[in-house]
Amino acid sequence: MKKSSSSAAAPTPKKLKRHVKSGHSSITKRSMRKWSWLFIGPVFVSFIIGFIWPFGQGIYLSFNNFKIVSKPQFVGLSNYEKAFADETFMHAFWFTALFAVTSVILINVLAFAIAYALTQGVKGSNLFRTVFFMPNLIGGIVLGYLWSRIFDGILSVYQTSILAKAEYGFWGLIILLLWQQVGYMMIIYIAGLQAVPEDMLEAAKIDGATKTQTLFRVIIPNVMPSITICTFLTLTNSFKLYDQNLALTHGEPARQTEMLALNISNGFSAMNTRGMAQAKAVVFFLLVAVLGIAQLVATRKKEVQQ
Amino acid sequence: MGKQKSIRQEKTRKTIMSIVLAIICIIYMLPILVILINTFKDASSVKATIFALPNSETFVGFENYVTGMTAGSFPFWKAVLFNVIITVCSTFLILLFCSMAAWYVARVNSLFCKIFYYLCVFSMVVPFQMVQFTLSKTADTLKLNTPLTIPVIYLGFGAGLAIFMFVGFAKSIPIEIEEAASIDGCGPLRTYFMVVFPMLKPTLISVGILELMWVWNDYLLPSLVLDLGKYRNIPMHIMLTQKGSYGSVDLAAMMAMVFLSILPVIIFYLFCQKYIIKGVAAGAVKG
Repeated sequence: MKKSSSSAAAPTPKKLKRHVKSGHSSITKRSMRKWSWLFIGPVFVSFIIGFIWPFGQGIYLSFNNFKIVSKPQFVGLSNYEKAFADETFMHAFWFTALFAVTSVILINVLAFAIAYALTQGVKGSNLFRTVFFMPNLIGGIVLGYLWSRIFDGILSVYQTSILAKAEYGFWGLIILLLWQQVGYMMIIYIAGLQAVPEDMLEAAKIDGATKTQTLFRVIIPNVMPSITICTFLTLTNSFKLYDQNLALTHGEPARQTEMLALNISNGFSAMNTRGMAQAKAVVFFLLVAVLGIAQLVATRKKEVQQ
Repeated sequence: MGKQKSIRQEKTRKTIMSIVLAIICIIYMLPILVILINTFKDASSVKATIFALPNSETFVGFENYVTGMTAGSFPFWKAVLFNVIITVCSTFLILLFCSMAAWYVARVNSLFCKIFYYLCVFSMVVPFQMVQFTLSKTADTLKLNTPLTIPVIYLGFGAGLAIFMFVGFAKSIPIEIEEAASIDGCGPLRTYFMVVFPMLKPTLISVGILELMWVWNDYLLPSLVLDLGKYRNIPMHIMLTQKGSYGSVDLAAMMAMVFLSILPVIIFYLFCQKYIIKGVAAGAVKG
């Protein structure tokens, strides 16, 4: 590749083809390469500092015992064994999984319902859209604190608190996440609904389809790409949830409402569990990566069908 | 006859829908309204119940805002200031350097560029917990632990999404325009800043808003990296004051602080609503 662009003397047809494919004329490309240190240098250096190096070191350290980064002690897979034997971690996994499934269903159903209602030509649609989206911009910590005050305000009437029972924390987090994310998913659904071909709806109407029939037979199949995107977005968001969890319940009572990210973070704060926490982080990363790849495959498939 | 009836039915249906949506909207706004109401009450009545309106006895005017802003060894206004500095610098760095790198990647397209691009895409799926411990140590060693140097980390960690979105757009820009510029004697730098950069504007806005919202609200990264005695951003400050271990303030002042944290976001949203919704949707579909 590099060779073909810089030594353009007597190009064979094959070379010429590749040359055309890569786009830029070789002169421009060569002069661009002179400036590569400026164009790509700053991002590349900070990318190594901010991502590549810590990531590599993280993988390496997951096979070590360490209190500080500079003094690792190789222990093989024992950190991983410890991680899977750790009950709080397994509890966090099941709590997170249950939470993710519940929130995915509720968020998507509500977001779709609101988006559907807002695309029916109801008066004040724009105002409603503005209001529903707003909570999405408030950060997780502030959001968690805000809701902890509201929940405690309600629950104090019954002489209890959000931290008293794991169920309270679970549903508290669900309500919080609904409030934050329904508006966001609604925006994506609105875009999807507006792209449903008008003539298809017209045809359904002429054929005498009822509203429900039109919804399930015409509209929903047409917004499948949006549904896929939103499902995966809510799924990964729920799996990675940290700030809200920390600010609303910080895992109370007795680490019962601790989700995966918080469990790992807490593991780093104690000196003797850092190796295990790093191993947990690798497992967590693989889990999220699998979800990400599944999303990619699913959306690609849908794109082909469209 | 039947048609008229169905039109009337349609009309009532829409009115009912409007009313239902309006009620949901009011419920939606309640949490923020409750906080707002409590910022005008005295601390003991906030503690008693947060759902009562202020009356002549409990109303304290803007006192809570004043205490909220200035109380404690680390006043809230400093956290706001640091938040603004960190957010503005980081977003600026990300927009400038990532768009440059993305154009280079899209045009030169060498093996190095391809590897770099896929690493960026890869970094988007990696959860922060994976690098949280090692990154905070790296940042300490390299002295990236002040509000003016932390943007370097944000540039590194935020590069993934930005590069991904910019490359996608840069590829769709017709090459002929740039070639014309280079024939007219523009070097790569001038071509970039005079020709390409202005064309990237829609993506710059989208990416800018996504990064802005991320950095403004980010808690974990600054709380790991910054020395909390000297520097804090808003989420760190809210979290630390809530715990109460680093100088607590009363509940009413806390309410004022929470409201002051939300207010700039809401104002920003109301003014740039169109761009924000577009930007966020673009990020979702691509990410």
